[in-house]
Amino acid sequence: MIVFYSFLFAFIVGGIICVIGQLLMDVGKLTPGHTLVILVVSGAILDGLGLYEPLIDFAGAGATVPITSFGNSLTHGALAEAEKHGWVGVLTGMFEVTSSGISAAIVFGFIAALIFKPKGKAN
Amino acid sequence: MDPQEYQQIEQQNTPPTPYLKNCLKAFLVGGIICAIGQAITFLYMIFFDFTDKTAGNATVATMVFIAMILTGLGLYRKLGAFAGAGSAVPVTGFGNAVVSAAIEGKTEGWVLGVGGNMFKLAGSVILFGVGSAFFIALIKLILVSMGVVEW
Repeated sequence: MIVFYSFLFAFIVGGIICVIGQLLMDVGKLTPGHTLVILVVSGAILDGLGLYEPLIDFAGAGATVPITSFGNSLTHGALAEAEKHGWVGVLTGMFEVTSSGISAAIVFGFIAALIFKPKGKAN
Repeated sequence: MDPQEYQQIEQQNTPPTPYLKNCLKAFLVGGIICAIGQAITFLYMIFFDFTDKTAGNATVATMVFIAMILTGLGLYRKLGAFAGAGSAVPVTGFGNAVVSAAIEGKTEGWVLGVGGNMFKLAGSVILFGVGSAFFIALIKLILVSMGVVEW
């Protein structure tokens, strides 16, 4: 039952974050790029206020999979190191938690370029 | 015809944005992608000794891998046409932006094309993510050193 609920909460919370993005695009008439930037910054601010971790505890992948979690983990790393090492920690800690998203994107982007052929406009 | 008149006619003829339908599609697809992410998180926790904190990172990397396959096969574009923000907001959308830019860049060569274009679309997410994280950490550091808040 606990497993079922964690799927349900991931589905609902992840869905709601995507709806917020969709509303920014449709109602706010923003480009997808602007929408994603707003979501990333919101995630960073929420973590600064200490509100994103409780959301992850509640929704699991519903909070870690949307792009908001990228802002969250950047801030989280920076704050954790800043606590230990002060000013320098802000820079050294930045990518400590969130290395996987970017390194995966770079590595898999490179592999994709090796094996797939360009098909003309935007895949 | 003056520009105002033209705008009026244009507005009358553009179909209204189906807000509710778009939101429903975004909710369903975004929710399903996150539920898949939850399943991957569980797999990492059961079979690879990850805790619920560390499994998030491995999940993100796996989702980006799935996005690479779907992008290469041209399926992610179709999903995006249907789901809008539902496929753009999850980290798979970030992966898709990087991977599709890398594949398209191939026509301009490896260094200037693939290397130079890879973060053409995703770069703004990284810039503003890192930028906001930097300032938030700085603000909190100042507040803590002033004794306003605790860590």
